[in-house]
Amino acid sequence: MSDREPILETRGLRKQFGAVVAAAELDVTFHRGETVGIIGANGAGKTTFVNLVTGYQKPDGGTIRFLGRDITGQGPRHVTKAGLCRSFQIPQVFGSMSVADNLLMAVGIAEIGWLTAGSPLEQPRRRALVEELLATYRMEPYAGHRADLLPQGVRKLLDIAMATARKPALLMLDEPTSGISAVEKYGLMDIIMAALRAQQVTIHFIEHDMEIVGRYAERVLAFAAGDVIADGPPARVLHDPRVQELVIGRHEAARGVLNHAAPPAESGS
Amino acid sequence: MSMLVAILVDGLVNASWLFLVAVGLTLVCGVMRILNIAHGGLYAFGAYATATLISWWPAARLTSPVSFALMLVAAVGVGAVVGLALERGLLRFVYGRDEVVLVLITFAAFLILEDVLTLIWGATVIAAYQPYSLLGRTSVGRLTFSNYDLSLIVVAVLVTVGLWWALTRTRRGLLLRAVIHDREMAQIVGINVGRYTTITFVVGCIFGALGGALTAPMISIQPGIGVEVIVVAFAVVVIGGMGSIPGALLGSIGVGLARAAAVHLLPDLEVFVIYLVMTAVLAVRKEGLFAPAAVRRI
Amino acid sequence: MRRTLLAMLVLAVALAAAAAFAPGWLAFLLAVVMAKSLVVAGLVVMWRAGLISFGQALFYGVGAYGAGMLGMRWGVTDFFLITLVGAATAGVIAWVLGFLVARYRGIFFANLNLAFSMLLFGYMVKSSTFGGTDGLRAPIPTFLGYEPGDATRVGVLLVATTAVVLPLLALLHRFLDSTAGRMTTAIRDNEIRVLYLGGSVRRTIHLLVVVAAVLAGAGGAMVALAIGHIDPDVAYWTTSGEFLFVAVLAGPAHVLAAVLGTSVFEVIRTYANEYAPQFWQLILGTSLVLSMLFLPDGLWSLAGRLRRVRKEAGHV
Ligand SMILES: Nc1ncnc2c1ncn2[C@@H]1O[C@H](COP(=O)(O)OP(=O)(O)OP(=O)(O)O)[C@@H](O)[C@H]1O
Ligand SMILES: [Mg+2]
Repeated sequence: MSDREPILETRGLRKQFGAVVAAAELDVTFHRGETVGIIGANGAGKTTFVNLVTGYQKPDGGTIRFLGRDITGQGPRHVTKAGLCRSFQIPQVFGSMSVADNLLMAVGIAEIGWLTAGSPLEQPRRRALVEELLATYRMEPYAGHRADLLPQGVRKLLDIAMATARKPALLMLDEPTSGISAVEKYGLMDIIMAALRAQQVTIHFIEHDMEIVGRYAERVLAFAAGDVIADGPPARVLHDPRVQELVIGRHEAARGVLNHAAPPAESGS
Repeated sequence: MSMLVAILVDGLVNASWLFLVAVGLTLVCGVMRILNIAHGGLYAFGAYATATLISWWPAARLTSPVSFALMLVAAVGVGAVVGLALERGLLRFVYGRDEVVLVLITFAAFLILEDVLTLIWGATVIAAYQPYSLLGRTSVGRLTFSNYDLSLIVVAVLVTVGLWWALTRTRRGLLLRAVIHDREMAQIVGINVGRYTTITFVVGCIFGALGGALTAPMISIQPGIGVEVIVVAFAVVVIGGMGSIPGALLGSIGVGLARAAAVHLLPDLEVFVIYLVMTAVLAVRKEGLFAPAAVRRI
Repeated sequence: MRRTLLAMLVLAVALAAAAAFAPGWLAFLLAVVMAKSLVVAGLVVMWRAGLISFGQALFYGVGAYGAGMLGMRWGVTDFFLITLVGAATAGVIAWVLGFLVARYRGIFFANLNLAFSMLLFGYMVKSSTFGGTDGLRAPIPTFLGYEPGDATRVGVLLVATTAVVLPLLALLHRFLDSTAGRMTTAIRDNEIRVLYLGGSVRRTIHLLVVVAAVLAGAGGAMVALAIGHIDPDVAYWTTSGEFLFVAVLAGPAHVLAAVLGTSVFEVIRTYANEYAPQFWQLILGTSLVLSMLFLPDGLWSLAGRLRRVRKEAGHV
């Protein structure tokens, strides 16, 4: 892994909410092309990490470098424009617009500049991009549906599709499968991963389902109480006793869920 | 020196008046997230009703306590009737709609109340100065203050203490604060949010009418008095932070003192003071003095 | 876009006909309607982004007083120049204030605007330069050097007003279809998403504030020239409230809805003044309530409904 170029580096990243330590001196490095899974119990600080890195919240201390540039303290807009995009645990979509219009808006804003802001949003080229996104994320049947009336799974997909409109270098997915039934999760992850890998996006995804993590991540970070307690290939991290105790919980481990975790790829990374 | 005393006393009187006029609005704001423009209508109704009650009461037997009692009766009566009618008859049909719609509905209600007012009382100027003169004056050195003005300070303190007690020391008050803090959560834990909404709205209206009732002896009562008041009361609410009673108190004191200072030192600035204070406060604290810092969880 | 342009063309022809043949009072009413509908259109655009202003009278007032001052102080009488200056002045003021107000939403946005408009009102009431409570006389307008006689003046005024208003509304319509214009709805729906797409919420709102102010300034100048007199009430908050009322009545569906809403409003006002002046606010309030309860998307949606009904009837 170390031979790969780092894409995101945090050093000593700190955030506290009152007495709650949501990020405790985090030193995390992601490399170009990696698919990193983040696990951690509720309230472990996973979302906070994404919020800090993408500038939604200001860190109490520490630095964030993205593609070699210091982006500490920059807001979501700048971070997004730098090529770091995200999806949300609670999908953030334009509720009153149709799915297609949501995507059109995403594509349009991604291209906005002083000169283009005044030109019509509606353009055949953009519509084609929208059709492409609809197809990639299998949302064609919903194209005309209002976003606030979508089934949860489709809304999640839309949220993610919108996040990819800018063709980011790094995409952070916050619980892409939350609120989705167990059977549908794999289909959803397959769609997302196929689309993103085709674009060679570096992926960071937060996930509670250990099977999913084992299957799709090549590296796993385990969060507990705002700290990273384990970092490595899924097989090792998921079997780490501290991770089992603090993150997975014994009952789940006992059910043997972990045995399904795919063995880490030996070659390359 | 006497200038300083004058500014301080005038400022506190003014602050008390502002607080009394704005406190009902703040309360409604906090619970319903509505800026109730009809509040100005209630203020006017309170003033007119007081004038009527005082004119009905035999002049020879009018004493200070009686006049205050009459004001209270007027305020409670008007506030309860108009408040209930507004909430049950109008507002509840638009809950859940855009903030814009809610504000405009109360604006419409205000317009309607204004004309109903002139229908009932006509468009002439009426007066209810008796309670004002009944209380006499107090001299401090070379300064004289009207006792009625000073009594506003007392009333404001009573209202503050009463509200503080009701909201922090009674079960209902605590539940109401839960509703203010997090409406959805309150609903989930089984608080009848609808009932609290109605009650709060009516109580807010009663305070609005009380503000008018207490002001009646100090002004000539005529159509249009409600308009000025809304603008001022809004400013106080916004300065304090939506729905914060301590905020409204602090905001009133700040604006009251600043106004009094302006009256004595820079009279030309007086009308602008409240807006200048509001702009300054908002520029520094985006949501007013005491607004909870709400970060949306995403 | 093409249908909108067609509708505007028809409207222009109709107004030109009115200017030539309609009685003076009607031409005057139409000129005022057209000018005010600009102010309303500005509010409607902000409303699309979820923003309401209780202080649009600030910019309307700036335009109106600008007209008065230009005429009185500098002897400028040209309709178009005065309108341009009114719009530009309002735009510059909005640009400066925008750095502050664009940070606020909801009631805070509404109130901050209110505060600024009341500052203007307070100043105008006191200031002797601006005529205090008496106000100012607006100049009798000339039109690019042409000085119409008393008999034709109102007609020419209507033509000139239309010539300013309709192109501006067409531009506005085009703006609403642009990326920046469509971002209004996006901002109302979800600012966080806009930011995370790399769009600037604050800059867009700032732009909307300026656009709305320019329209209000132009409207204010033209109304002042039509009426011939300006008093501090143009900056009073009830003036803002009335414009907001019309914006709701009109609905945000289309820029021409502003013209429709303003027409209905001025007709109601005219008849109310005639037959029941003491019930003006009652009528206003009641129609506001009714329109919000039964026509949540404004009068314009009524047109859409009619069209649908007719279409269905046609099928039978
Ligand atoms: N805006 C905030 N204000 C106060 N506390 C917060 C805020 N955001 C997060 N926290 C607290 O910080 C801690 C970490 O929260 P975070 O949302 O990062 O957890 P998480 O790992 O994403 O959990 P989950 O799996 O439930 O999404 C929690 O204790 C949470 O209550
Ligand atoms: Mg989370």
